[in-house]
Amino acid sequence: MARFEGTANYVATDDLKVAVNAAVLLRRPLLVKGEPGTGKTVLAHEIAKATGAPLIEWNVKSTTKAQQGLYEYDAVARLRDGQLGDERVHDIANYIKKGKLWEAFTSPQLPVLLIDEIDKADIEFPNDLLQELDRMSFDVYETRERIAAKERPIVVITSNNEKELPDAFLRRCFFHYIKFPDRDTMQAIIDVHFPGIQKTLVSKAMDVFYEVREVPGLKKKPSTSELLDWLKLLLNEDMPLDVLQNKDPAKAIPPLHGALLKNEQDVMLFERLAFMARRQN
Amino acid sequence: MFFNFVDELRAAGIPASFKEHLVLLEALDKDVIEQTPEAFYYLSRATFVKDEGLLDRFDQVFNKVFKGLLTSYGQNPVDIPEDWLKAVAEKFLTPEEMAEIEKLGSWEEIMETLKKRLEEQEKRHQGGNKWIGTGGTSPYGNSGYNPEGVRIGGESKHKRALKVWEKREFQNLDNTRELGTRNIKIALRRLRRFAREGHLDELDIEGTIDGTARQGWLDIRMRAERRNAVKVLLFLDVGGSMDPFIKLVEELFSAASAEFKNLEFFYFHNCLYEGVWKDNKRRWSERTQTWDILHKYGHDYKVIFVGDAAMSPYEITHPGGSVEHFNEESGQVWMQRLAHVYPATVWINPVPEKQWSYSQSTKIIKELVGGNMYPLTLQGLDDAMRELTRKKH
Repeated sequence: MARFEGTANYVATDDLKVAVNAAVLLRRPLLVKGEPGTGKTVLAHEIAKATGAPLIEWNVKSTTKAQQGLYEYDAVARLRDGQLGDERVHDIANYIKKGKLWEAFTSPQLPVLLIDEIDKADIEFPNDLLQELDRMSFDVYETRERIAAKERPIVVITSNNEKELPDAFLRRCFFHYIKFPDRDTMQAIIDVHFPGIQKTLVSKAMDVFYEVREVPGLKKKPSTSELLDWLKLLLNEDMPLDVLQNKDPAKAIPPLHGALLKNEQDVMLFERLAFMARRQN
Repeated sequence: MFFNFVDELRAAGIPASFKEHLVLLEALDKDVIEQTPEAFYYLSRATFVKDEGLLDRFDQVFNKVFKGLLTSYGQNPVDIPEDWLKAVAEKFLTPEEMAEIEKLGSWEEIMETLKKRLEEQEKRHQGGNKWIGTGGTSPYGNSGYNPEGVRIGGESKHKRALKVWEKREFQNLDNTRELGTRNIKIALRRLRRFAREGHLDELDIEGTIDGTARQGWLDIRMRAERRNAVKVLLFLDVGGSMDPFIKLVEELFSAASAEFKNLEFFYFHNCLYEGVWKDNKRRWSERTQTWDILHKYGHDYKVIFVGDAAMSPYEITHPGGSVEHFNEESGQVWMQRLAHVYPATVWINPVPEKQWSYSQSTKIIKELVGGNMYPLTLQGLDDAMRELTRKKH
């Protein structure tokens, strides 16, 4: 399989490439962490695109059980059918619903399996998946069959660090921490998304962006995806350049700030800063 | 291969196991990476480090283990133009010094040494170029010249062109110290209250049998599932008389952050006043209003104070009693407000219980939290958690 080198619209740093290639070649899960909006989930999409593999997404929620990834036995439906005298009730297989892991294991083409935000689930969730991810097989007790993957799928797992993951689970993964892109990387990312964008606009916008990130006490620091949205808005609105250059403290809030600041407390913080700046003058 | 490396990693507290070692060897065997030091660094990092808090430690170990091995590996030394060398030397050496050098040995000899030193700089790194360009910040420093030979900053770590792992970019992530927290963890588990909250997604067998018997038809009952729903506000006393206990408190804190989904922590000094802070370095610039906390977090939050409660009684009972600022309302008022909003409040005191009675402020605080003050011992934590669990908001 070809090496992952990033794609036309995803800038991968060297360390990320090494981690991805190691995970793909050795077929071990890749655990990706990082600030929100640094492209953890997108990474799985891009790996799928780069390797030409179908992507199977499993979005984990706080109520998700490991078993749901394998299969679910709908006992309630069977009970109901039994009461109504439905013929289907005699075959238990009718009530087995395939989970995402099952799908990934039996996919005709080698897939990329994304387990998104694994830390959202219960603390035992990763442990419950250890065996399955290790051996890439599991048993369906109701029908006494074994589902095994012909070829180990590529597994990408993302985490937002809300909970600690168990050691036994971590030992089986490669790990990559996407750090917040520095200016050069950010420039490359912007170039990929907005080819031919005006250089001065980007540079001014990045100045404002990194300044906003530096403001202490911000509830949610704007991230890459927010910068991209903001740039798109600026382009759409045909914002004149001097608005960004405007160092008038009365206008400390950047134009179209809604794309950067996602929290009313943050907006208020900015207004307060603007107010204080005005008073100082 | 690399046994030494793994040993060093383990010694530094990175949980590198045999399994990971095998994975690394397998990856090298399968030619996952090109054979460059950087790629090897990235690969071993992805293999051994599973927590961004340990990345910085890994960088340090990597540097220690592979120092000197990788520099001479796979890289061509830089060719340094003769005239540039001369220019540099002239820039950093006074004419008198140059004369002295020449006295000590031939100019060529010294230039040779200088050249060698410069070749030790890593060629590929951009810093190397900067190093040349920004002559103003001299890499030679004051000791750049030495009659016994030309010594250049290349020896000293921070003046050399930095390799990736030497930049230590992840330094600020290393705030998770969880050493010897096992005991505390066990006690904190008591806090997990298995409240039934959330979606009805479990078959309630007893309810179903009961319902079916009553109705005469199959009456399926569902119920919410068990999960950990404990919400905690943690207030930590920092500074002043608390300093000897900081380590204990930090251990408690790092254990607690792993246990709960909803955990908020704040710092205060001695007694709770109108403001608390989240980052001790910015305690003056980034304060959170205590009112905001009372309004934001619901009554079902459980509050844990950690502090020695040793202070002047005035700091609690009188407005303006705080040692750090002028507080318009006394600490007592704030403690009462908090206790009113959060019935489940405990104070954990790292000072041995025997000494509590000697300090008047400890007694006052104990009263303010409804007598729920516990020592920082396993037993004390156990009792504190039991008290918190017992109280239904």
